[in-house]
Amino acid sequence: MIDTKTYGEFKTSWCPGCGNHDVLVSVKEALASQGILPHQFVMVSGIGQAAKIVHYLKCNGFNGLHGRALSPAQAIKLANPEMTVLVESGDGCTYGEGGNHFLAAIRRNVNITLIVHDNQIYGLTKGQSSPTTMTGHVTKNNPLGVFDQPFNPVAVAVAMRASFVARTFSGFHEHATQTIEQAMKHPGFALVDMHSPCISFNKVNTFAWYKARCKEVSHDPEDWATAMTVAQVFGEEIPIGVLFREERPSKDTQLPQCADGALYRKPVDMAAVKQRMLAYA
Amino acid sequence: MHKELHLIMGGEAGQGLDTVSGLLVKAVVRSGRHLLGAHHVMSRVRGGHNNFRLRIGSRPVQGPPDTFHLLAAMSQESVDLHKDKLKDPGIILVDAAWELPARPGMVAIPFAELASRPVFRNVALLGVIGAMLGLEASLFEEQLEEEFRAKGDKIVSSNLDVLSSSMKWAAENAPSLPLPKVDDPTKMLSMDGNQAIVLGALAAGVRFCGYYPMSPATSIAEGLVHAAVEMGVVVEQAEDEIAAANMALGAAYAGARSIVPTSGGGFALMTEAVSLAGVSETPVVFVVVQRPGPATGLATRTEQADLELVLYAGHGEFPRAILAPATLEDCFYLTHKAFDLAEKSQGPVFVLSDQYLASAPRSVAPFDLEVLAPIADPDLGDTDPENYRRYNWDNPISPRRIPGHGKSLVLADSHEHDEVGHIIEDGGIRVRMQDKRLAKMDVILSEVLPPEFSGDEEPDLLLVGWGSTCEVLREVTAGLRENGVKAACLCFTQVWPLVPETFMPRLEAAGTVVTVEGNSTAQFAGLLRKTTGFHIKDTVLRYDGRTLTAGFVMERLQPILEAL
Ligand SMILES: Cc1ncc(C[n+]2csc(CCOP(=O)(O)OP(=O)(O)O)c2C)c(N)n1
Ligand code: SF4
Ligand SMILES: [Mg+2]
Repeated sequence: MIDTKTYGEFKTSWCPGCGNHDVLVSVKEALASQGILPHQFVMVSGIGQAAKIVHYLKCNGFNGLHGRALSPAQAIKLANPEMTVLVESGDGCTYGEGGNHFLAAIRRNVNITLIVHDNQIYGLTKGQSSPTTMTGHVTKNNPLGVFDQPFNPVAVAVAMRASFVARTFSGFHEHATQTIEQAMKHPGFALVDMHSPCISFNKVNTFAWYKARCKEVSHDPEDWATAMTVAQVFGEEIPIGVLFREERPSKDTQLPQCADGALYRKPVDMAAVKQRMLAYA
Repeated sequence: MHKELHLIMGGEAGQGLDTVSGLLVKAVVRSGRHLLGAHHVMSRVRGGHNNFRLRIGSRPVQGPPDTFHLLAAMSQESVDLHKDKLKDPGIILVDAAWELPARPGMVAIPFAELASRPVFRNVALLGVIGAMLGLEASLFEEQLEEEFRAKGDKIVSSNLDVLSSSMKWAAENAPSLPLPKVDDPTKMLSMDGNQAIVLGALAAGVRFCGYYPMSPATSIAEGLVHAAVEMGVVVEQAEDEIAAANMALGAAYAGARSIVPTSGGGFALMTEAVSLAGVSETPVVFVVVQRPGPATGLATRTEQADLELVLYAGHGEFPRAILAPATLEDCFYLTHKAFDLAEKSQGPVFVLSDQYLASAPRSVAPFDLEVLAPIADPDLGDTDPENYRRYNWDNPISPRRIPGHGKSLVLADSHEHDEVGHIIEDGGIRVRMQDKRLAKMDVILSEVLPPEFSGDEEPDLLLVGWGSTCEVLREVTAGLRENGVKAACLCFTQVWPLVPETFMPRLEAAGTVVTVEGNSTAQFAGLLRKTTGFHIKDTVLRYDGRTLTAGFVMERLQPILEAL
């Protein structure tokens, strides 16, 4: 157990009361309880309010492009399998702009942890609807209410048999921390859909709203059929906890090239290059 | 005896043109001759009409040929399409079963007799051509054994039988077309541009390749796939080009030398990542193998129309270098250099190739691996980790450490940032950081490759070109000079940045200057004008998707030559 002060204290640009503050504390606690020091992990993010988290704790960080956090994150893990890799970004970044990468990451199953700060809104750009905004929700850019159906990330992830699928709520601090910890300990791609309220632009899905609805699941997370049913529930009740878990070898453990640790340490084998060249004779 | 021998083979996709041409190329190169081949392929898997053109010489040969001594027609359509390209006299190989009216130079091969089954027709054709060219049977036998060993002894021996009876038939019934003699055959290799790029990358210690399949770049990724486990390279087929490029950036951040092979359409999707490489100062090598656009364009043809795309790709301003290989050697050495330059300048470096160069097999002497300078390394130290600043601006090149290597925390950021890598909005820091990044251009400028000049010192006609068309310019120049024209050519293998001192005197000393490019708007001439003010008015532009040849250039030069 490390002191969470190890990860530093930074001035943030988040609104006071934003759920992101709680997520940050949970992440630090999950790291501390696993004894992971700042230089021992990389945090990767995209762009949005959530994605700024990289700048608010001591870490190796890659703050990339909007929607593209998962791509560098998976490559970092493949290039250095000894690294712990965390990805954090918003619902818009991850499920909207980066939707294709989300699907591919589930299939690829690289051993990284994805924490989506799901506030069901675009926070940084001040209140447009996101893929998880509920139908009928009147947002800045949807004066008639959102017509589109919301994207259900956990149902999609379970349907695709993602290796680890969990949902939690930043306001249930212990639950959030423990869920992150479990996700990080899971050997494979792990999704944590973290409801984290945007107090400035989402007046529907508030702290009180989530608090009244989030209920811990009780099913066996290895039971896919039940997980599939539970994952589709969202509304009057929001199931939280580990919805689905299925262990299978992650890509970084399957590639023979990754077996000797970080790729950059491997010297160039000029004799092998020469042999390959002379094969063209 | 010809000084050179020019050959064209045509047939439908799926008929095995690739196999025959591949085996023939290897046999010719193993016999010590120099060669260059050009594939003309339709974007389909079956049917249509493809052709392969081969130029063989006793000395190194340059561009693809325009006229031919021999046409090997694998389909009747091929006869109609190519008979006018035959030299006089020329030979046409056809199938006796087509019962074509006899014409001078036509040789009807009894494939039905020579090849007991249709699958053996290719080997029969190979045997006939091989015998006509005077190649030893052993040059084909060893290859057939390698090729079919996995399929069992019976298949190997059937193929060898067909080969030998076809060679025998040709010796008795077909005219001989002996290959140019070589006095002192040297050991040569045969490969295409993409294969040379793969070798260059491997020699540079490439460790990660992110790609999404797109002709004509795919074979680079495939070449790396086959080397991946042995050479320690992770080659990831991404879900799209955006992911491919962003993955390469992530891997590079983690210390792995990274390459991204693609073509124009795929590269267009990568441009935001190019910009990210610029601001985050991440070394990545992009290989853009051009094909004709816009959009899907002509998928299997060639063009040089993405110079401006690559030059301006990515929003914002940041330094970059663009290398444009002209030869197979360039493909190898410049790819190797690109990795070094990317690390030294901590940013994106581009290798701009094209379909012709990518797929044209050539003979080449083995690359000299001893002369390769070691690739620059990131900062693999960890002194004073508490105070490490990724974007330390004491020097334009900040120490680039690798996350997890030591205790230093490495922060890469897409926002404008301070020295540590944290988001800032302060105008002063912004300006200083932008100036720091732009100052890295000096590193790139310090090793810009000057264009290669050849020909008369004060030419009446100076041809200017870049990339894969340079070889043709050299050939045209030599031909003009033989005919008494004072001619020269200026060939650029680095198209950005440009250092005017290295070529302006050449442009100014020339009478008429002509730009020769594989595009419709003379992009390189435009770039020269923008950077130097020098206006090249005369152009020879090819944008029908076909490879530039000396014949094409000569024809277009006629009015200019007459006005000289
Ligand atoms: C390519 C690109 N498109 C759009 C934007 C503008 N943009 C920045 S953040 C954002 C949405 C953020 O929403 P979300 O990912 O949910 O994060 P939040 O701010 O809610 O935490 C958008 C559209 C951008 N930075 N880059
Ligand atoms: S706008 Fe919303 S998401 Fe952004 S910091 Fe404020 S409360 Fe949080
Ligand atoms: Mg959001």
